[in-house]
Amino acid sequence: METILFLAHTEADGTLPKVALEALGAAQELAASIAGSPLVVGLFGGEVKLAADAIAECGAQQILAVAGAEYAQSRYSTDAAAVEMLCRASKATIVIAPATSRCARVISGVSHRINGRVDTHVNSITVTNDTPAATRWFYRQRMVADLERTQRPWLMLIDSGCHAAYEGAPGMANVENVQIVLGEVHKRTNVTGIQAPKSDEQTIRPDADLLFVAGAGWTKKQKDGQAHPKEAETHILGFLKLTQASLGSSKSLVDLSGEGQDVLQFMSHLNQVGQTGSTPRHAKGLSTCCHGEEPHVVGWRFINERRAINLDANCGWARGKADVVYVADAFEVLTKLNALLAEKKLVTA
Amino acid sequence: MSTPFQIVVCGGIVPDPLQTLEPISGPAGPSLKNEMMLPAVLDPWAGHALYEAANLAKAVPGSKVYLVSLGPKAKLQQVMMTVAQKVAFELVAVDGPASGFTDAHEAAMALAEAIKTIPGLDKSKLLIFGGWESASRGAGATLQIIGEMLGVTDQFQGVDRIQVREDDSFEILERIEGGRHQVSTCAGAPAVLGWATGYLAEPRNDPQVGMANMRTIMPALQKAKAAKVGAEGLKFAKVELPKQQRQTRIVKDMAADEIAKEIAEWIGKN
Ligand SMILES: Cc1cc2nc3c(=O)[nH]c(=O)nc-3n(C[C@H](O)[C@H](O)[C@H](O)COP(=O)(O)OP(=O)(O)OC[C@H]3O[C@@H](n4cnc5c(N)ncnc54)[C@H](O)[C@@H]3O)c2cc1C
Repeated sequence: METILFLAHTEADGTLPKVALEALGAAQELAASIAGSPLVVGLFGGEVKLAADAIAECGAQQILAVAGAEYAQSRYSTDAAAVEMLCRASKATIVIAPATSRCARVISGVSHRINGRVDTHVNSITVTNDTPAATRWFYRQRMVADLERTQRPWLMLIDSGCHAAYEGAPGMANVENVQIVLGEVHKRTNVTGIQAPKSDEQTIRPDADLLFVAGAGWTKKQKDGQAHPKEAETHILGFLKLTQASLGSSKSLVDLSGEGQDVLQFMSHLNQVGQTGSTPRHAKGLSTCCHGEEPHVVGWRFINERRAINLDANCGWARGKADVVYVADAFEVLTKLNALLAEKKLVTA
Repeated sequence: MSTPFQIVVCGGIVPDPLQTLEPISGPAGPSLKNEMMLPAVLDPWAGHALYEAANLAKAVPGSKVYLVSLGPKAKLQQVMMTVAQKVAFELVAVDGPASGFTDAHEAAMALAEAIKTIPGLDKSKLLIFGGWESASRGAGATLQIIGEMLGVTDQFQGVDRIQVREDDSFEILERIEGGRHQVSTCAGAPAVLGWATGYLAEPRNDPQVGMANMRTIMPALQKAKAAKVGAEGLKFAKVELPKQQRQTRIVKDMAADEIAKEIAEWIGKN
């Protein structure tokens, strides 16, 4: 038997992020698979009532909360205090939380406070003979492992897109507030704001179906012996606008921008996918002007269907990494593709 | 003028990312095939942390940078030959495994103990830097735990920038979802900063910096204490390489319009 705590923070509008509902789905399933294991919910944030009501019917034995203005901001000191108290109050042996940046920032620190162990980036949890095992990747998505732990509490952070989201009807939750006395030591840090790209430069869309990855090829000299960064920009932004795809980049391209070269203005190091970038999850990915070496390819680990456009048939993608490699000029293909997509849009509008 | 910092960068070593990795299982759990033979590099995000530390130390005179590294001594020495040429630091080495299959708690404990042995360490000036995740375990856990072990509870992860102000407070940019940054101010040291890539380019190799560093690096390696770092209580039921190979269709000699049509259809399909 385990006591399973589903732990999450609310967003500024009082709701739960989607990945939290996915983690709740995983927590529910886990509780159901180990005989006699109660599920407890622990919420923290500025306001939690709306979120608690939304998941009131999830079968939790108890809904605990740490709420108030001090917890509205994502700050280590107060978040760690809240998470620690929720873990202690629930007497959880297993804690399941979503891999939001906010939870990821504190979960490991808290695991130490409560003398537990932590696993982050968990992809799935399976149960055999009442013993849970977690699946996660090692060496930057280059090998995958199933692991079990004897220590408790065991805290797990579930990656987004790995489990079906909880979908229960809302109800009236009975929330038990857990009080914490905060001191000056908790208030040395203040969150002062969020810096977001201007809305027309917003290119990272974690929930998009499609990832469009641009490589350094877009900035290289083309057939006419010239580089065409402005055209590249028009093609890429046009494509993103038409498809609402998320934009990824190779390291080489990001580094070029960092060196102050006249390259794609909207491309930042946050776009980089791969070994030192991110490994986003999307149903499809289209790689353009990218060479696709191993450190780059790990960024595509969780992209289901992969296609690439490259002038070079010996591009790294050609060797069993993409489903289709079009040996073609990306400038030419994108001109046609954007025109086609715009036409389709007109027809459907 | 700001008070000088003592910046402790925690950075491990990882197999060169261009190497093919293969897991093998032994009595002590999984490891990499030919692990000791694989060329190693400084963990990339920790590398960014180190460059940012050096940059900050330059901006705040009197500051000092330590690089605390846990890894097999012989491998550490190899990697330090290159790293030492980048920026000035004092090495604190711990002799132990650099495997991704060791537990973050145990690695954190060894590193925290090593940090505690730094002579004259003043917590009011302490900034603990490192990569927000490693290229081996990739957990984002080690730094948080080190912070907790040293009683540092102002922590930041996915950091891209620190800007120190006149009154010793600083502003920090942390990556959050959707390509955005959270902006925070912190009253001052001590703090833990897990770095993403930051904005600095990789420093060029400077043989003079290298020579100066090597004078302290060799003795630090000789002094390196062995630490037992494993994965107690953790059982790997299975470690495997993903099925990587795809049946790639290589399309040559197709007109751009045709390719565009095919891709548009593919995008439109659910
Ligand atoms: C420690 C380390 C970490 C790394 N981490 C990462 C990482 O996190 N992410 C990452 O991406 N990389 C990473 N790399 C680098 C990686 O190995 C690759 O070198 C890099 O991603 C290649 O970038 P690229 O494809 O943009 O550029 P290039 O290798 O220059 O490839 C450009 C491609 O564009 C094609 N091209 C040019 N013009 C056209 C055209 N008109 N139409 C179609 N194709 C065209 C060319 O044929 C070429 O294949 C890392 C490397 C190291 C050593």
